[in-house]
Amino acid sequence: MSAPFVSLRRCCQRSALLNISRRLWSSDSASPPPLHTRVLLYLTQRFYDVEMFLSWTSRLRRKGIQKKNAYYGFTQKYYGTDIAAAYYILSLKGGFRYVGQSEWFSADKRGTFNWGFLDHRETPLEEVNMSYTVINYRGLENLVDQKSLRSLSLRGCPQVDDWFLSRLHLFQDSLQELDISHCPHITIGGLAALSNLRGLRRLDVSSLPGISSPGLVIILLEEMLPQCKITATGYNHNLRQEEGEMKEEHMQAQR
Amino acid sequence: MSTWRGLHVKVRTAHGLLTATSRRVTQRHTWMYGHLTLCQSLSTGRPLRDDFFKDLEAQMVAMRKKVSLALPGSNWSPMEINPLLPPERADIVIVGGGVMGWSIAYWLKQKERVRGGVKVVVVEKDSTYSQASTVLSAGGIRQQFSLPENICLSLASAEFMRNINEHLGVLNEDPVDLQFNHSGYLFLASEEVAHIMQENYNTQRSIGAEVCLLSATQLKEKFPWMNTDGVALASYGLENEGWFDPWTLLNAFKRKAISLGAIQCYGEVTDFDYKTMVMTTAEGDDVDLRRIQSVKVQMSNSLEYQPVECAIVVNAAGAFSAKLTEKLGIGFGPKHSIDGVPLPVEPRKRYVYVFNCPDGPGLDTPFLVDYSGVYFRREGLGGNYIVGTSPVEAEEPDTSDLEVDHQFFEDKLWPHLASRVPAFEKLKVTSAWAGFYDYNTFDQNGIIGTHPLINNMYFATGFSGHGLQHSPAVGRSVAELILDGQFMTLNLSRLGFKRILSQEPMLEKNIV
Ligand SMILES: Cc1cc2nc3c(=O)[nH]c(=O)nc-3n(C[C@H](O)[C@H](O)[C@H](O)COP(=O)(O)OP(=O)(O)OC[C@H]3O[C@@H](n4cnc5c(N)ncnc54)[C@H](O)[C@@H]3O)c2cc1C
Repeated sequence: MSAPFVSLRRCCQRSALLNISRRLWSSDSASPPPLHTRVLLYLTQRFYDVEMFLSWTSRLRRKGIQKKNAYYGFTQKYYGTDIAAAYYILSLKGGFRYVGQSEWFSADKRGTFNWGFLDHRETPLEEVNMSYTVINYRGLENLVDQKSLRSLSLRGCPQVDDWFLSRLHLFQDSLQELDISHCPHITIGGLAALSNLRGLRRLDVSSLPGISSPGLVIILLEEMLPQCKITATGYNHNLRQEEGEMKEEHMQAQR
Repeated sequence: MSTWRGLHVKVRTAHGLLTATSRRVTQRHTWMYGHLTLCQSLSTGRPLRDDFFKDLEAQMVAMRKKVSLALPGSNWSPMEINPLLPPERADIVIVGGGVMGWSIAYWLKQKERVRGGVKVVVVEKDSTYSQASTVLSAGGIRQQFSLPENICLSLASAEFMRNINEHLGVLNEDPVDLQFNHSGYLFLASEEVAHIMQENYNTQRSIGAEVCLLSATQLKEKFPWMNTDGVALASYGLENEGWFDPWTLLNAFKRKAISLGAIQCYGEVTDFDYKTMVMTTAEGDDVDLRRIQSVKVQMSNSLEYQPVECAIVVNAAGAFSAKLTEKLGIGFGPKHSIDGVPLPVEPRKRYVYVFNCPDGPGLDTPFLVDYSGVYFRREGLGGNYIVGTSPVEAEEPDTSDLEVDHQFFEDKLWPHLASRVPAFEKLKVTSAWAGFYDYNTFDQNGIIGTHPLINNMYFATGFSGHGLQHSPAVGRSVAELILDGQFMTLNLSRLGFKRILSQEPMLEKNIV
């Protein structure tokens, strides 16, 4: 007895399985099938819905972030651009300091803050700390008029990307300190745009996961911003070694 | 294996009968299976039985065929069908699967009101894209144009690229990474053309492009590696400018369009089937109005072809788009008639050279465009750059192939490069390629919209060196034209075919 019979048997098996599933679909089976079969069936039946659901949630999440970063036009109209910027920063749980003052206004973990900031009308901001907030390109629009902004911290901001960095040229005359460490979406393509920030004195680019050869990148950054002190920790590459490799490459290229 | 399948089919058809017992049957058979294989390995009279089963097998195959034919809903037909053939009917056929074609496909699918509302087929003749301008371009995007239309197209496209994953992200797949490098274009102007630059700058600012002007001294300060002799004024883009990977953009459009239901097909559009109606113009001239009924798609490497009936054809064939209109008889009519004006798009060969210079400018290298017409930009981080220029009209190279003329670099590029950037005195050309501009000989700008004599063909061609960067916005506009009947977001009516008939060129005021 060989092949055809074996296959016949397998075939029967198959049809039996088909039968079971058929019965499941019509849901009139007396004994329920094992759990994992049910789950699988459920998923195949629902797969498109699952997909739809996932895309909806991601869209909703995006919408939420966009909403938080909305343009504070109303506040600007009634309180001026500085207060609007301050209010925007506090609503995002960030912090700031006005020009010529030592007091920091910041929101606590639960998002509550001191409304005393409203007393300082027409005072621009000098230092802004947006670390670990959801600030994005759109929200930056609320800060464009801050021509005295000297220090900006964007540490660990999940929404800060290369396009965001390319827009920082708005502060090219005033910005001296910039912290973009731990931002997951920054790549070398955005760091190139920092060349517009000629006044930069301190730059923190530690732990940027989007950068492939940090050693080389940091050398290039130092070359591009000669007056700037660049901090780059959190890379487990050996900078010295990479520098050596670079030199070798150069020499090879020259030869 | 085949026997198995044959039986399987059969059993499925007879399945109603088995329903009650099937479960028990299964168990018993599984058990028997083990037992019988044992028997088989011990048996001796094998050859004879093999013959018998071979016969049986052949019969089974025949039976399987019959059974499958008898099945209702089988798609059997007397002839073999090539699965790569395009469908016989479609709503919209897009000719050319470059970045323009796929962008239009994406926007059409994205704008359709009902899932599957429009059936879009993209026909591309070359699956390797060996000659497509898209993948052979320099990948730059700039806002520094003089025509408001072009500036708006760039701004809209930059915005698209900024949010690319909201547009082109596909669930469960990697996000799109364009590898966008944010470095502005830097245009240099000599004394004679400085006033044009100033004018362009005003236009750009008024539309909202972030551009700044630099004097020669400021230029030297900002880019100390540059020799600023002869430069009177420079304009530098602060935002939304730079370069990116064209392949990634093309593939992202393609992936998303296909996931939305666009149909991809490899084959060449060689001919059209169209109807002609004779109409009389207000001046009393007779003109032929054409309406395309179907598109003939020739499959690559075979004699097979398939006519695709369609309502609308989009001509996005890039440098070779004029060939398509020739097939419709456009350009062969009497001179000074509408029929006598061909689509003014032809391929023009442009060289791009890659060179290495370890001492060249670093991360802050802009996309520099000199008033001599030479442009260069950085390529990666290892001291590599790419450079190119457009030759003068009289010295246009032959366009029958994509061979690179290396003398061109020595004669036309290097002298300019070395005088602008002294470090480039010492460099090494490491590779080079050539690509075709979809060159609009009339005014070097895109042609978007319908032809007055072809009722249902939409153009998106003739972009002459800035088609890649405008593809997202142009795709949206063409989709609007098709689905909404008019431009909704950007008014590009001045870029239509009409300007060619009325001989009113829309020229860029160039400083080169
Ligand atoms: C050297 C060079 C540098 C450039 N640099 C830039 C730049 O920096 N920035 C920028 O924005 N633009 C640049 N461009 C221009 C840009 O590449 C083009 O404008 C753009 O790619 C045009 O896209 P497309 O889809 O219309 O054409 P293509 O990419 O050429 O696609 C057309 C496709 O149609 C197919 N096709 C043609 N005829 C048929 C047919 N009969 N049937 C089926 N398929 C057909 C072709 O195979 C091709 O794949 C450059 C171009 C070159 C050559």
